[in-house]
Amino acid sequence: MITRRKLLMLLPAAAMAWEYVVAGTPEIAPNYNRSQHWWGMLLDIPKCIGCGNCVRACAAENNVPEGYFRTWVERYHVAGWEQERPQVDSPNGGKNGFPPSKYEGGKNFFVPKMCNHCVDSPCTQVCPVGATLHTPDGVVLVDESYCLGCRYCVQACPYGCRFLHPTKHTAEKCSLCYHRITKGLTTACCENCPTGARQLVDLKNPADPIHEYLKTHSVQVLKPHLATGAKAFYHDLDGSVR
Amino acid sequence: MPFDGFMYPNEVELQWSVLIVVYPFVTGLVAGAFILASLERIFHVSAVKPTYRLALLTALSFMLVAPLPLQLHLGRPERSLEMYLTPHTSSAMAMFGFVYLWYLMAVILLEIWLDYRREIVLLSQSTTGIKRIIYRLLTLGSSNISEGALRVDDKVGWVVSLIGIPSAFLLHGYVGFIFGSIKANPWWSTPLMPVVFLFSAMVSGIAIVLVLYMAMMKIRREPINMACVDTVAQYLLYTFIIDFGLEMLDLIHRIYEADESFRSLDFLMHTRLFFSQIVLQIGLGTVLPILTIGFIQIFNVPEKIRRFAYAICGCLIIVGIFAMRWNVVIGGQLFSKSFLGYTTYKVDLISREGELIAAALLVLPFIILAVLMKILPPWSEPQPAIDAASQAAGAD
Repeated sequence: MITRRKLLMLLPAAAMAWEYVVAGTPEIAPNYNRSQHWWGMLLDIPKCIGCGNCVRACAAENNVPEGYFRTWVERYHVAGWEQERPQVDSPNGGKNGFPPSKYEGGKNFFVPKMCNHCVDSPCTQVCPVGATLHTPDGVVLVDESYCLGCRYCVQACPYGCRFLHPTKHTAEKCSLCYHRITKGLTTACCENCPTGARQLVDLKNPADPIHEYLKTHSVQVLKPHLATGAKAFYHDLDGSVR
Repeated sequence: MPFDGFMYPNEVELQWSVLIVVYPFVTGLVAGAFILASLERIFHVSAVKPTYRLALLTALSFMLVAPLPLQLHLGRPERSLEMYLTPHTSSAMAMFGFVYLWYLMAVILLEIWLDYRREIVLLSQSTTGIKRIIYRLLTLGSSNISEGALRVDDKVGWVVSLIGIPSAFLLHGYVGFIFGSIKANPWWSTPLMPVVFLFSAMVSGIAIVLVLYMAMMKIRREPINMACVDTVAQYLLYTFIIDFGLEMLDLIHRIYEADESFRSLDFLMHTRLFFSQIVLQIGLGTVLPILTIGFIQIFNVPEKIRRFAYAICGCLIIVGIFAMRWNVVIGGQLFSKSFLGYTTYKVDLISREGELIAAALLVLPFIILAVLMKILPPWSEPQPAIDAASQAAGAD
């Protein structure tokens, strides 16, 4: 039984928690203003358990053809000091989870991968007709009604995130569930991650906890030497990850 | 499993097929043949004059085929015109259409037309039937072949050739830039790529004109002008030495620097690319021809053996340059961008991007060349019909 006194004590804490919950949640569609958002994603490696929920959810949400991946999960095994030679596998993109590791000792961890929605994306730069584009809210999209299917963008992406759709014959990649996030929802992969290893972040929203997170945690992007301005931020990224 | 080690899941399938090998190979032949033609026109190397017109027609034949492999490769070929209508200016590929059109229309077609204009006008007067219609159309309504007009043609042709040399450099340097500017791929990403592509283009273009000239003389049962082929072979040798030097510089730089991609590239050169790179490109396609032609420069080799050696070396060089394009295009996709695995490329026999289509695209320029040579004979032999018409025109 909650007394009036206890309720009064709980209210400020609940208000703070509620503020945390709603922070970063985009408005519903009619109020959505693209200039007020700048989307990215936080991928928390210690939290990823390699269940493959994200890959399955993405495939179901976006009709991703079998054998192709808008997102996938890699499993790393690093035995010793040789950071350049990790053992990596990703059976069927990690869609069905992973069999037990055949390696003993060393460190094992999962790395979810997806389009990095780079600010200076090489794929956008090379597209001969501008079918790959940056939205004002920081998402890299492909206009499938315009794409030639030349696959220059597939070659230019350093992260292996793109493929040619086998029936549409146009380039395809993670759209950050643009159809969802502009309606105030999160992405299918974030929605279905049981551990919160994936978090959609809005870098233009001052109330988004990502700002505090970036200040207080060790965060890295993939292949930083390529200076693509990647917006997929990895917490606790091991140096062996390629 | 079609791959070893770890590939990103979307990387297992190769994106750029043998058709994208054919594309830089064909454009290289265009640029190279044109540059050989300009030797006579701009640099007054009169010894190569017998190959001048043949080189121009060869350049045109291959130029007409150059966009076909790209067109066939597109996932949505019906949208290819968008590249001209709404080009994305930051894309190296978007500029292809413009560089291509410039080179085809403003350089090659114009130069050929100016060079052949006198014959076209005379043939339009001396022939009958469908031939007459064709030649009349080719005159573009200009039938003035007075001495003054021909002098203007010659001057304009010279200017076009002059513009043509940097244009040829642009055409093939640009093809190299398409690959060289991909920072995601260390096999491609080097500022040397456009230069290497350019010099290898010159080598292949000179080699194909050399082989074609000798073959045509054989077919026509005419003596081969040895001063001409010796000079062409000399230029071939010099260009090839520069090309090989650049390629070795690139290779040595990679080996010495040995960055994180080196292990992958080294593995490929010892395994999947061993035959095409070490045996075909470097051994048979480069070292052997350089040594053979170099030997001919130093020692007094009999004419018959020289002819034979040039023919064999020319063919080997063309195969070697094709292997070089293969190693760049296909080789650059055989390793993962994670540098942790390798995939394989199995080319289909019959498909839109298969072996048969690639072979057809390589044969098609020769068919076009045969037709062009029929319409615009590159040999300056006396033709009674032309001479009679010429006399008649002079009498007017």
